[in-house]
Amino acid sequence: MASTVIPANQTLAPTPKLNYLNNGHTLKSWLLTTDHKRIALLYLISVTVFFFLGGFFAMLIRLELLTPQGDLMQADTYNKVFTMHGMIMVFFFLIPVVPAVLGNFLVPLMIGAKDLAFPRINLLSWYLYITAGTLFLHCMLTGGVDTGWTFYTPYSTVGSNTNVIEAGLAVFIAGFSSIFTGLNFIVTIHRMRAPGLTWDRLPLFIWANYATSLIMILGTPVIAITVVLVAVERLFHLGIFDPRLGGDPLLFQHLFWFYSHPAVYIMILPSMGVISELIACFARKRIFGYKFVALSSLAIAVFGFLVWAHHMFVAGISLYAAMIFSFLSFSVGVPSAVKVFNWTATLYKSSISYATPMLYAFGFIGLFTIGGLTGLMLATIGIDVHVTDTYFVVAHFHYVMVGGVLMGYLGGLHFWWPKISGRMYPESWAKLSALLVFVGFNLTFFPQFILGYVGMPRRYWQYPPEFQVLNVLSTAGSSVLAVGYLLPMIYLLWSLKYGPIAEANPWGAAGLEWQTTSPPPTFNFDETPVVTWEAYNYDEIPAPKQLEAPGAR
Amino acid sequence: MPDSQAIVMEHEAHNPALLHHFADAQQQKNAASLGMWLFLVTEIMFFGGMFCAYLVYRLAHFNAFAAASQQLSIGMGAFNTAVLIVSSITVVLAVKAAEAGKRKVLVGYLIITVLLGMTFLVVKGFEYREKFEKHHVPGSTFKFTDTFDDNGKQIPVNPKEAELFFSLYFAMTGMHALHMIIGCGLFGVLTVFAWKGHYSPGYFTPIENAGLYWHLVDIIWIYLFPLLYLISRHS
Amino acid sequence: MSKFLPLWPDQASTMASQVDALYIYLLLVSGVMTALIYIAVTVLAIKYRRVPGRDAQQIEGSTLLEITWSIVPLFVMMTFFIWGAVIYFQERTPPADATEVYVVAKQWMWKIEHMEGQREINQLHVPTGQNIKLIMTSQDVIHSFFVPAFRIKQDVLPGRYTTLWFKATQPGRYHLFCAEYCGTNHSGMGGDIVVMEPQDYAQWMAGGPSAPLQETGKQLFTQLGCATCHRFDVQGRGPNLTAVYNKPVLLEDGRTVIADENYVRESILNPTAKIVSGFKPVMPTFQGIVSDEQLNALVAYVKSLAQPPTGTAGLQNQPPTSPAQPQNTQVQ
Repeated sequence: MASTVIPANQTLAPTPKLNYLNNGHTLKSWLLTTDHKRIALLYLISVTVFFFLGGFFAMLIRLELLTPQGDLMQADTYNKVFTMHGMIMVFFFLIPVVPAVLGNFLVPLMIGAKDLAFPRINLLSWYLYITAGTLFLHCMLTGGVDTGWTFYTPYSTVGSNTNVIEAGLAVFIAGFSSIFTGLNFIVTIHRMRAPGLTWDRLPLFIWANYATSLIMILGTPVIAITVVLVAVERLFHLGIFDPRLGGDPLLFQHLFWFYSHPAVYIMILPSMGVISELIACFARKRIFGYKFVALSSLAIAVFGFLVWAHHMFVAGISLYAAMIFSFLSFSVGVPSAVKVFNWTATLYKSSISYATPMLYAFGFIGLFTIGGLTGLMLATIGIDVHVTDTYFVVAHFHYVMVGGVLMGYLGGLHFWWPKISGRMYPESWAKLSALLVFVGFNLTFFPQFILGYVGMPRRYWQYPPEFQVLNVLSTAGSSVLAVGYLLPMIYLLWSLKYGPIAEANPWGAAGLEWQTTSPPPTFNFDETPVVTWEAYNYDEIPAPKQLEAPGAR
Repeated sequence: MPDSQAIVMEHEAHNPALLHHFADAQQQKNAASLGMWLFLVTEIMFFGGMFCAYLVYRLAHFNAFAAASQQLSIGMGAFNTAVLIVSSITVVLAVKAAEAGKRKVLVGYLIITVLLGMTFLVVKGFEYREKFEKHHVPGSTFKFTDTFDDNGKQIPVNPKEAELFFSLYFAMTGMHALHMIIGCGLFGVLTVFAWKGHYSPGYFTPIENAGLYWHLVDIIWIYLFPLLYLISRHS
Repeated sequence: MSKFLPLWPDQASTMASQVDALYIYLLLVSGVMTALIYIAVTVLAIKYRRVPGRDAQQIEGSTLLEITWSIVPLFVMMTFFIWGAVIYFQERTPPADATEVYVVAKQWMWKIEHMEGQREINQLHVPTGQNIKLIMTSQDVIHSFFVPAFRIKQDVLPGRYTTLWFKATQPGRYHLFCAEYCGTNHSGMGGDIVVMEPQDYAQWMAGGPSAPLQETGKQLFTQLGCATCHRFDVQGRGPNLTAVYNKPVLLEDGRTVIADENYVRESILNPTAKIVSGFKPVMPTFQGIVSDEQLNALVAYVKSLAQPPTGTAGLQNQPPTSPAQPQNTQVQ
C-alpha cells in the first residue's frame, strides 16, 4: 500500500523529507519494523480486512432474516455465520481497532515520545494478532464454529461438534496480543512522557487508552485461562464446566463475563477518548470539566469489573446476587453520563466547524446516548428478564459497539488521516458517508429494539411471521450502512495518491502530534518537545483559515 | 528494520544497552521494571481464574476434594517447596552479585538456580508418574476407589468429583510447571549472557526482571502447595 | 397485537402489565433525556457555528455542575433499580399455592409433565387465574424458557432445577421460545402456551390419563428399593422423608441446607455430597439409572409427603411453607 504512495509523495512534495512512510521501502522494512506508526498501519490493514469479513457475515445474517423461513441457508450454516460475525467483530475488530490502530499511532506522538516503551513487544503483539487471525480463518475455512461468540458451556464442550478448540486457541492468542498492547501503553504513559507533560496535561485520548490498558491487563488473562479450560475439557473430557461430570456451567459464565463485560469498555473507552479530541478541536475549546472526563474513564474501568453478573440475571444466580449486580451496574451509568454532559457543555460558547470528524462526533453522542440509556433499561432487572437474549440486547450493544466504537474510530481516522498518510481526504464524500452511516445505522438497529421487546429471541434462524416487517426494515437499513462503510475505504485509498498534501497541522489542533510534520519522521520529533501549556490550549492556536477542512472538493 | 536499525546503531555508540527511544538509562530501567511488574499482574490474574475455580469446586465437592487431596505425596510436595524457596534465595544472591559486578559469582548463582528449577521439575515428573500408576490421571482410565481418612473412617467419594480435583490439579500444577520450564530457559540464556559479560553494575535489568518472574512462579507454588496438598489434612 | 407490524407484545399474565408499566416509565425518562441531549447538541451546534471574528470562549468547567449531573441521574437510576428489583423479587418468589408443572428441556423440544399426569410436548396448557410454578431442568445444554406475552424468562440448566412462575390472565395461544442458544435447531425449539378458561382447562385435563405424578413417583420409590431404607414407620438406614421438603436439614459436616427441589434431586443423583447428620454414606447413586422424567416424579413424590403415608408419630404435621418467602403467601 505505502510503497505505491511514496514515489508520488516525493515528486509532489517540495522538500522530500524523510518520514516514517518513506524510510525504507522493502517488505521486510514493514514486516520487521519496530516503529509504532508502521505497526499501526499494519494493524490498520489487518483490522480492516477483518471488519469487512465480519461485515460480510453480518450481511448474510440480515439477508437470511429477510424471510421468516430459514430459506437462504441451513440452520447449522446460520449458526456458524452469526458465530463468525460475533467472534471476528469482537476479538479481531472491536477490541484492537482503536487502541491498536489509533492508539499505537498516537500514544507516543501525543506524549512526545520517540516510540512505545517496548517496540519489539509491540511488533510481537501484531504477530500474535495475525497468528490468531490466521488460525481463526483456518478454523473458518475448515468448517467454522457454532457456539456463539460467548462459548457458553456445556454447549461448547459437549454440544457442539465444530472446531471449538481452534477458535478458542485463536481467542487465547489474540488475548495475549491485547495484553501486550495494554502493558506497553501503561509503561509508555507512565515512563515516556515529554518533560513538562504532567498527568493533568495529558490529552483525554491518552487517559482513555490508559484506562483501557488497565482493563486489558487485568481482564484478558482471565478469559485466556477460561478458554484454555474449555479446550482442555473438550480434549480430555474433564468435567470442569459440564454438570454431568461434576462441573458447574455457571462458573464458566462468571469467568467469561468477568472479562467480557470489561471488554465492552476496552472497546468503547478509546473511542470516547477520540470524541474528546474531536470535539475540542472542532469546537476550538478546552473540554468542559477536563478532570471529570479524565477520571470518568478510570471510573468506568474500575466499575466495569464489578458488574459482570448482569449478563446472568436469568441464568440461575441467586436473587440477592442479581439485585447487587443490578445496583452496581447503574454505577457505570454515572461516569458515562458525565462524559456526554461534558461534551455537550463544551459546545456552549464554542466555535464549531462541521468538518467530517465533528459530524462523527455528533453521531457518536446521538447513538451512544441511546445505547447508554437502553443499557440502563437492561440493568433494571425487571425489564432485563423480559428482554435479555432478545433483539433488544442485540440492538443495545450494536448502538454502543457499532454506533459508539465505530463512529469514534471513523471520526478519529478522518481526523488523523492527514497525520497518518500526509494527505487530505475528500471532504464532500466523507460527509456523505458520515450521513449514510448515521441514517443506515438507525434504520438497521432501531427496529431491533421493538423486535426485542415484542419478543424475538436472538440467534434465531427462523422466526414467527409477524416479526417480518421489522426484520425487513432492519435489512434495508443494513444495506445503507454497508455503503456508508465501503465509501470511506474507497476514498481514503484514493486520497493516498490523489489527495491534497496535508500540512503539519491542517485543523489548527492542539496536541503534540500536530507539532511534527505530516507524516511524522521515524522518531516522531526532531527535538524532544518540552510542554509548558495545559491540554487543549485552543485560545493560543489560531483556527485554520478555511472554515471547512482544507481540500474540500 | 534495517533502516531504523542503522539509526539505532549511532545512538548505541555510547551505551550499548541503551535503546534509541529512551532518554537515558534510568528511564529505560524504570520502564523495564514497570513492564515486568505489570506482566506479573497479568500472570496473577491468569492463575487467579484457576484458583477461583478450585475454591468454588472445593466448597461444592468438599468430601471428594479432601479424599483426593490425601492421595498427593506430601513428601515430594514439601521437598519441592523447599527447593523453590532455596532457589528464590539464590536468585536474590545472583541479583546482588550482578549489582556488585561479580561476574563469576553471578554465573555461579544463576547455574544453581537453573539446577534447582530442574530438580523441581524432575520431582514433579516423579509425582506425575505416580499419578499415572495410580490411574489418577483424568480420562477413560481414571479410577478412584473409596478411601479412608486419618482416623480410618471411610469417606465415600463420587469418582467424578475426585476426577475434577485431579483435572484441576493437573491444570494448575501443569501450568505452573510450564512457567518453571520457561523460567529455567530464561535463566539458562541469562547465564550465557552473564558469562559473556553483558551485565555490569550499571546495567543488570534483565537479571532483576527475570528474578521477579522467578519469585512470582515461586509464590504461586507457595499457594498451590497448601491448597492442593495440605488444606484437607487435618479435617 | 397487530400480526402485520407488532409494536407491543400481548399482555397475558399478571406480570406483563407490571413490567410494561416500568418499561413505559423507563421509555419516558429515556425519551426526555435523549430529547434534551439531541436538542442541546443541535441548538448549540447551530448557535455557535464558526463565523469569522467570533472566537470560542474558554470555560474551565464547574464542579457544582459536575456533581449535579452525577447525583441527579444517580437518583433517577435508583428509581429504576428499586422498581426493577421489586418486580424481579416477585418474579423469583413463587406463591405457595402455585400449581406445579415439571419441564424437561432437551435439544430441541420442551417436555411438560403436569402433576395430574398429563404430558405434553412443546405445548403447555394452563388455566387463567391460577398461579403456575414451573420446575425445570435440561437433559443436555442450557436452554431458556421464554414467554414474551408473560414477560418471563428463565434459563434451564442441566444438572439442577430452576423455577419460574406466572399467573395467566388472558385466554389465548402465546409463543414459547427457547432464548438461550442451544445448537442447530435453537430457533425451532419453541411452541405454544395455551391459556384456557378454568372450565375449559378442567375439561382438557379430564381428557388425559390420570396417573398423578406423585403416584408415579411412589411406584418408583418402591420399585427402586428406596423404601427399604427410607422408612416411614421406624428409623431406617436413610432419613425419614416425611415433611422434609423445604425444611432445614442438618448435615454431617455441620452445615444446614434447605431441602428444596435441588437438594432432593442432588441427594438422589449424588447421595454422598450432603449427608444428613447421623446417617452413614451408604446410599448408591442413581445417576444414569433414573431418567429426568422419573427424577421429577420422585421429587414430586417426596414433596407430596407432607404427612407420612402411614402414620408416624412425633413429626410436625404442618404443611410445608417456604422459609425463604417473606411475601407471606397463602399456606396451602
